[in-house]
Amino acid sequence: MDYFKGTPDYVISPELQDSVNVSIALGRPLVVKGEPGTGKTLLAHAIAKALDKKLFIWNIKSTTKAQEGLYVYDTINRLNDARFGDKDISDISQYIKLGKLGEAFAAEEQVVIIIDEIDKAELEFPNDLLNELDEMSFYIPETGKTIKAKHRPIVIITSNSEKELPDPFLRRCIFHYIEFPDNELMQEIVNVHFPDIETKILREALKKFYWLREFDMLRKKPSTSELIDWLQALIIGGIPHSRISKELPFMGTLLKKKEDADLVDNSDGSHYAYKTSKRSRRVY
Amino acid sequence: MDRITRIKPARDQGVFINFFANLKSKGVPVSLHEWLTLHRALAGDLSQCSLTRFYHIARSILVKNEIYFDRYDMAFLDTFSGIETTDELLDRVLSCLRQTRDLKLTEEEKKELKELDLDEVLKNFERQLIEQRNDKDYSSDNGGNRAIGTSGTSTQGAWGYNPAGIRIGQGISRNKRAVQIAERRAFKNYSSDRTLDTRQMKVALSHLRSLLPVGEGEELSIKKTIDTTCKNAGEIELVWENRLKKSSKVILLMDVGGSMTPYSNMVERLFSAASSQISRFKHFYFHNCIYQDLRTDMNGDNTIPTLDYLKAEETDYKVIIVGDAEMAPSELTWANGAVDYWYYNDEPGSVWLQRIRDTFPDIVWLNPLPQRRWNSIKSVRMVRDIFPMFELTLEGLDESIRFLISGKGRLHQVGL
Repeated sequence: MDYFKGTPDYVISPELQDSVNVSIALGRPLVVKGEPGTGKTLLAHAIAKALDKKLFIWNIKSTTKAQEGLYVYDTINRLNDARFGDKDISDISQYIKLGKLGEAFAAEEQVVIIIDEIDKAELEFPNDLLNELDEMSFYIPETGKTIKAKHRPIVIITSNSEKELPDPFLRRCIFHYIEFPDNELMQEIVNVHFPDIETKILREALKKFYWLREFDMLRKKPSTSELIDWLQALIIGGIPHSRISKELPFMGTLLKKKEDADLVDNSDGSHYAYKTSKRSRRVY
Repeated sequence: MDRITRIKPARDQGVFINFFANLKSKGVPVSLHEWLTLHRALAGDLSQCSLTRFYHIARSILVKNEIYFDRYDMAFLDTFSGIETTDELLDRVLSCLRQTRDLKLTEEEKKELKELDLDEVLKNFERQLIEQRNDKDYSSDNGGNRAIGTSGTSTQGAWGYNPAGIRIGQGISRNKRAVQIAERRAFKNYSSDRTLDTRQMKVALSHLRSLLPVGEGEELSIKKTIDTTCKNAGEIELVWENRLKKSSKVILLMDVGGSMTPYSNMVERLFSAASSQISRFKHFYFHNCIYQDLRTDMNGDNTIPTLDYLKAEETDYKVIIVGDAEMAPSELTWANGAVDYWYYNDEPGSVWLQRIRDTFPDIVWLNPLPQRRWNSIKSVRMVRDIFPMFELTLEGLDESIRFLISGKGRLHQVGL
């Protein structure tokens, strides 16, 4: 059985590793949730790379229909071809185009497929895929054929919890919530990106970074990818570590909203007034 | 594939069934389907006999929403805390233990310590506990090889060496034990009773979006297609049209100023974002209670007459009022009871509130105060008599939206 242990450039927590392996062993889709920038999408890439399997990416948009992932019957093309009679249009199968999920099912060997940001689609979208993901097969009425996966593909589904996923769908999945990496794990992640970063800079930057994230009222908390950008800026800018601890150079890479930047500026280095959870209600 | 793999009854089946029951009683929605999946995973030895891995694997299979992680932790504690040390015991042991020197063993010595299986270790532990209870003095236990202490080679205690040892309360540990992880209850904040914060606000908004009828997209306009195809002398041209999008209508009334100040930012943010989601969105402000004027800005510089507005507005709007309803009862019951000194109201606030209630059948009041406090505040009780009230939390908001959509507001009457 395939056993996923992460890749050199994708640092993975043991919990996530367990979840992935359970999902592979049971042949169930793995639903990955978590804050933006915690590497949900990259997970599928890492699995495909580590296990040396082909990766199919199905990006979901608000208009995506479940059917598109399975197959599309190009009726218009057939109608077009019918007018001139130079093509044999009785063979419908030439107008059936498999979608990403369909391709993954039809593949000869086991593949990895990621259904990215499933919560972008309509509410009923996951329900429409219920049976297909359960059986890993679907029926094409136009040709009377059934596409059935020879090897159950490794299915990774990411969600930003914009919409709740329906219970019957979740029941058939393995679920993992990626916690925001703690300081230790974050250092490992940073080291993958910047193998020779100065320890002092990294330490100060991380201290500052987690301090920023403590603000409850931020509209958009800085995420891992923003931290990486910020460190890049710090390194290129040649900022000494002493300056990082005193001020916040290149704050724009971390905080993208003006309100957030103002909030941090006005905070005077204290979280207190900006935490909803700690607020007392004695304001009259 | 055989869908129900037969699982051999394990010795500790009882504990497992308890776990399932505990999860249920803590309100984690676990189905039998998922429970069987977990057994299949365990039959495949995916947890490799480690309680920590079992904790994570069971969670990934049984719990499908992070808001339930905290409850899962509690259920896990209830079920499995017996397997590890109890708090009470931990305190007693810890009070007698001090960290001494690190233990250094030669390879041979390490070999001598044969790896015991967990059952043996636990039995061993239990036996020694009973023995030690009789002894009363723990402090002499440093460096021993049998009992609990530090730097020892027995199977219990911290900083010791035994591959199958039980670790007792070592404080910081990288390889966290499952029950410790559960005890930490790191997901408490994701629990859905908590008041909305930025991240959850986004989720809450998506709940608001469920007020919108779904189904945006493109539709083939057959009539126009035929028209243009004819004009093109048979060359097919397809004409797509946007499907008509049904709109949802929401009026938001927000309490600002005074006791709402701590929440105003939160409320404002929630609904300025909501205004972008909902196509027909109107909002007004008030201070403590609504009287004959509705404020159209936060400061109250611009107002419109409430009565005219109620008469003119379409009554199928869904109305959400946000406020803490915490005020002097006189603000509700007296003419000229308004909290603003310069403001004179002919009719008491409760009359105005009742008018609003009667105008819009689908109406809810969201209160940022925790529900347990509602009954102890007189004005909240009074407002609750008029409006269906929900807590301004993720769960409360969800519930209120469901309430609005289902039209239950029409059923809500005083005293029912």
